[in-house]
Amino acid sequence: MTEPDRIRCEEVVAHLLEFLDGEIDIGRRERIEQHLAECRGCYSRAEFERVLRQRLRTLDDASPPDSLRRRLKSLLDAF
Amino acid sequence: MDQRATTSWQRAPPAGGRPPCSAEDAVLRTFFCAAVEALTDRLYGTALRFTRNPAAAEDLVAETVAKAWMHLPQLEDRVCFEKWIFRILANTFFSQCRHAREDPVDPCDGDDAGFSIFDRLHQPFLLWWGNPEQELIHKLLCEDIDHALAALPDCYRAVVIPVDLLGYSYAEVAEMLAVPVGTVRSRLNRARAQLQRALWNQALAAGLVHGTPAKEDAHD
Ligand SMILES: [Zn+2]
Repeated sequence: MTEPDRIRCEEVVAHLLEFLDGEIDIGRRERIEQHLAECRGCYSRAEFERVLRQRLRTLDDASPPDSLRRRLKSLLDAF
Repeated sequence: MDQRATTSWQRAPPAGGRPPCSAEDAVLRTFFCAAVEALTDRLYGTALRFTRNPAAAEDLVAETVAKAWMHLPQLEDRVCFEKWIFRILANTFFSQCRHAREDPVDPCDGDDAGFSIFDRLHQPFLLWWGNPEQELIHKLLCEDIDHALAALPDCYRAVVIPVDLLGYSYAEVAEMLAVPVGTVRSRLNRARAQLQRALWNQALAAGLVHGTPAKEDAHD
């Protein structure tokens, strides 16, 4: 791996989460997209972070206790 | 930009404003009851992740629903109801924290060393179908992740839950917490590193991976 590649990988790693959040300026976003298309290591890292993010978005809901259901029902009935 | 701007539901209702209650509001009431019913599990699950306490989570959901009904006339587009009511939930939690002096905006500015499960597990020369880091995420149970989330300090959960679980933007979370966007950004970076550290330790404890525990203050 060449020296400029290594530096670019570090820059990608430093800004990867903001990139995945869509919270990055367009210039840097385009450079990261281009880098991910060419660098297998950074691409794998981005895929891992995407999978983790997806897992966090799809956590199971807790089952509310009956007391909350009763409380909401009486609240809604009173509206 | 004024980071302390109030959200629409925090503003007082317009003069003569009132919660929907007349006969012609029956349709609105039906919509509201159905929407709350459909979202109760998610509201309670999120409240439980915020509060870590079943009784407090119950109170938080009940207060959220009451506020949402009160401010329903201010909701312009019912398609946005879900995002709107979760914002009320988050805002209510944050305001309660401030009242309870357990402020989630207390500075969490310790030198939190980065930690990455990817760095621990990725094997660059493995063939394409071998992917231990992604396999670990799929093996983690919901309880494992909830346990790791619960281990985070309030100020970290206050950014991770809205951004990573609920999908809010940095600017939206900054407004909710009344902090600058840059604070959300830096806190989120530290929170995510700490979450991965907690997940790693959880995975070790569950026997899902073999390795050394990630220490709180170690530069891994
Ligand atoms: Zn790279």
